Amino acid sequence: MALIVGIDLGTTNSLVAHMANDGPRVILGARGQAKVPSIVGLTDNGLLVGDPAKEYLVRDPSRTIYSVKRFMGKAVADVADELKYFPYTLQEKGGVIRIQVGEKTYSPPQVSAMILKELKLRAEAHLGEEITKAVITVPAYFNDSQRQATKDAGLIAGLEVLRIINEPTAASLAYGLQQNTQGYIAVFDLGGGTFDISILKLKDGIFEVLATNGNTHLGGDDFDRRLVDAVIRDIDAQHGVKVEDSPELMQTVRLEAEKTKIRLSDESQALMAVSLPGGRGTYERTWSREEFEALILDLVEQTMTPCRHALSDAGLETGQIDEVVLVGGSTRMPVIRSRVQALFGKTPHCDLNPDEVVALGAAVQAGILAGENREMLLLDVTPLSLGIETMGNVMSTLIRRNTTIPTSAKEMFTTYVDGQTGVDIHVLQGERELVKDNRSLARFQLKVPPLPAAVPRVEVTFLIDANGMLNVTASDIRTGESQSVQIKPSYGLTDEEVESMIRESFQFAAEDIRARQVIEAKTEADAIIMATEKALKRGADLIPAEEIQSIRNGIEELRAATTQEDHRLIRARIADMEKVTHHLAETLMDATLKEALESKKLSEVID
Amino acid sequence: MSEHTRQLDSGRPRDLPMARSMCWHCQSEMTGEYFCGRCVKVQPLSKELDYFTCLNLPRKLNLDEQALEETFYALSRNFHPDYYATKDEGEKAISLGNTALLNTAYRTLKDPVQRAEYLIRLEAGSAKDIRTSPPADLFDEILELQEDLEEFRSLSAGESVERRQELLEKLQAERQALETRKAHMEERLREQFSRWDALPGEAEGAAAAQAQKDAVLTGMQEILSNRTYVKNIVNDLVAATSPAGDTERNIWH
Repeated sequence: MALIVGIDLGTTNSLVAHMANDGPRVILGARGQAKVPSIVGLTDNGLLVGDPAKEYLVRDPSRTIYSVKRFMGKAVADVADELKYFPYTLQEKGGVIRIQVGEKTYSPPQVSAMILKELKLRAEAHLGEEITKAVITVPAYFNDSQRQATKDAGLIAGLEVLRIINEPTAASLAYGLQQNTQGYIAVFDLGGGTFDISILKLKDGIFEVLATNGNTHLGGDDFDRRLVDAVIRDIDAQHGVKVEDSPELMQTVRLEAEKTKIRLSDESQALMAVSLPGGRGTYERTWSREEFEALILDLVEQTMTPCRHALSDAGLETGQIDEVVLVGGSTRMPVIRSRVQALFGKTPHCDLNPDEVVALGAAVQAGILAGENREMLLLDVTPLSLGIETMGNVMSTLIRRNTTIPTSAKEMFTTYVDGQTGVDIHVLQGERELVKDNRSLARFQLKVPPLPAAVPRVEVTFLIDANGMLNVTASDIRTGESQSVQIKPSYGLTDEEVESMIRESFQFAAEDIRARQVIEAKTEADAIIMATEKALKRGADLIPAEEIQSIRNGIEELRAATTQEDHRLIRARIADMEKVTHHLAETLMDATLKEALESKKLSEVID
Repeated sequence: MSEHTRQLDSGRPRDLPMARSMCWHCQSEMTGEYFCGRCVKVQPLSKELDYFTCLNLPRKLNLDEQALEETFYALSRNFHPDYYATKDEGEKAISLGNTALLNTAYRTLKDPVQRAEYLIRLEAGSAKDIRTSPPADLFDEILELQEDLEEFRSLSAGESVERRQELLEKLQAERQALETRKAHMEERLREQFSRWDALPGEAEGAAAAQAQKDAVLTGMQEILSNRTYVKNIVNDLVAATSPAGDTERNIWH
């Protein structure tokens, strides 16, 4: 049995994990880092993914794509109110967003595939074999189109997606494995862009989801934006600089806001500093945790209604919940913790790293699918009601939300007019009465033999599989013949588009790897040159003149190397630099240490 | 271990649990319950299988909910697609179909109202009787309530604040009265459950037994359709009187 990996494809960060002999393990990158920032840089010289792309973001925002998960399975109109926060231009084709970068456009599944490929490479490097199968997690509240887009991303990345699994449910598997919990648990999952609440019953290794609810457009990104908006106003008022006019400044502000938010989880105040372009000075402000929390209060409150809905759908009172588990980076915020605690009246669990627990759970599920684990079994639900359009623009529900999957519903169709040869069917997902208030999933036409009105009888089966995804089959009751149903997704890529994206991704794969190595080496060289020049300024008095000269020569040689497309040459020069700067680095470190000790003494004297 | 798990384990013969008497894969005669005794492949459940038989329960209405859950979990472990990810396409399809049927059976029997509706359909074969006019004893009350509800909806927030408040309070009181009535109907339904369960078996006087059965089924049908009518009115009241943004449809039966 080939290895199956578990992947958490997040809005802000992504991770890959596998089942080791002693349990699920997150696979680390070359520099020991678990998280791959979900950022893709489409440079002229090739592709950057993860940390290098994050560095590239402030240099060329228009060619760097982040938070692409917010666009999965969506049309431009769905994200209209947040466009101003994104540095790139969006187009739409066939109900699918296309992100314009230079001359080319990319669909969200294509961009996600680039991140998945990075994770695939990382897993292959660690496990020493080709990886072709994966379990990928999605927010529990993702609709069919968003799940399909995720599956397409897997295909484009060369991965067979054996299962799409819900993030909070995955987290419960990781927790359950660790603690052998029984009873009712609530998983509160607030990530970078999405929010889920799931209520589960754990009993004898069965993880039965009773209800789930959420908001696929609420997360850390939204908290950052509140702070970004406040900072934009500050900068305009104090310095007369319009941040929106400079994409680079906008991204710098966004990243600084994110950092400030993260610091405010541990500290009661944090200093934020942004140097403004064109010598317009530096924006500085100390933010207190209270000030920040006041900015996001209504967003925090927005997580409460889904919790109440989920509890009510599960038929439980808050007092019946035995344990509350926190998942997702945003649950590090003290305001979230105290709000969750107040709602459930229990101290929430956060023993497992909230950034890693979803990937770990995906690996556990991978082990179950591989047949290595027959103790645990997950019974999940569909988050949204599924129905079809009926007379009067009303949705008629066929499968209710929070129904255990897989599940199916049958519906009989006939004709209204003599000789009618087709019946149009419009499939919807959502909880509202009117068609226009629900999500259009797909349309298809049933073929019907030309007969008098009301004589044909075609039975359509709507099946939601274990991935929470819709499958449609139809059969003619009179003849017993089944017919294939050609579904046109309302917000999804066609099979042909996915096929051509897979081919395209193969074509560029080899080219990509080489280009990537060059770009990574160049980015690293740039950083080393900058750091060395800074060090030279500080340490010029501490080392002999000839040493300074050899370091200067090293810098020039490295700089010359970066003008050529040869990553081996650049790497060799980087190694040379490390040799010639070794003594300088040591000297500076000693000086810093000495300074620190002296200042300590000084402070002791003052005390 | 409960009574019914023992039955499961002993492989007691059951009424038509599988679609066919031959293994779909190796064509040998079926000896096992859900799996072929020879090639160990999972077998498809019959599409005609009723939910009580599927979950190994007698056709009674007061059922042992814990036994129901245990059987559901045990059968899920037999059929769930997660345990068939490495199997061939044929087995995957059977696993999917069986689990979808099992999930529907469990969901239907777990909820007392759906359970009763299902039993009536099974026994009497009649479609659900949808009531469109109020039950006789509620007629005047409902008529007045509908008028109040209309007026409340027509008054937009901001105008006639006092009248709106007055109507809101009245409608909320009505809602409570109807909820109480609904709870009362559910009690009466439970009484019918016990009557059904106490009916003698098929053997004793077929005609008389059938008449008794029909009486209980008709009685339940009447209560259920009145209850559905009241429930829909309550849902309307909830939707009209709850604050905006909290208007998801109630999914309970």
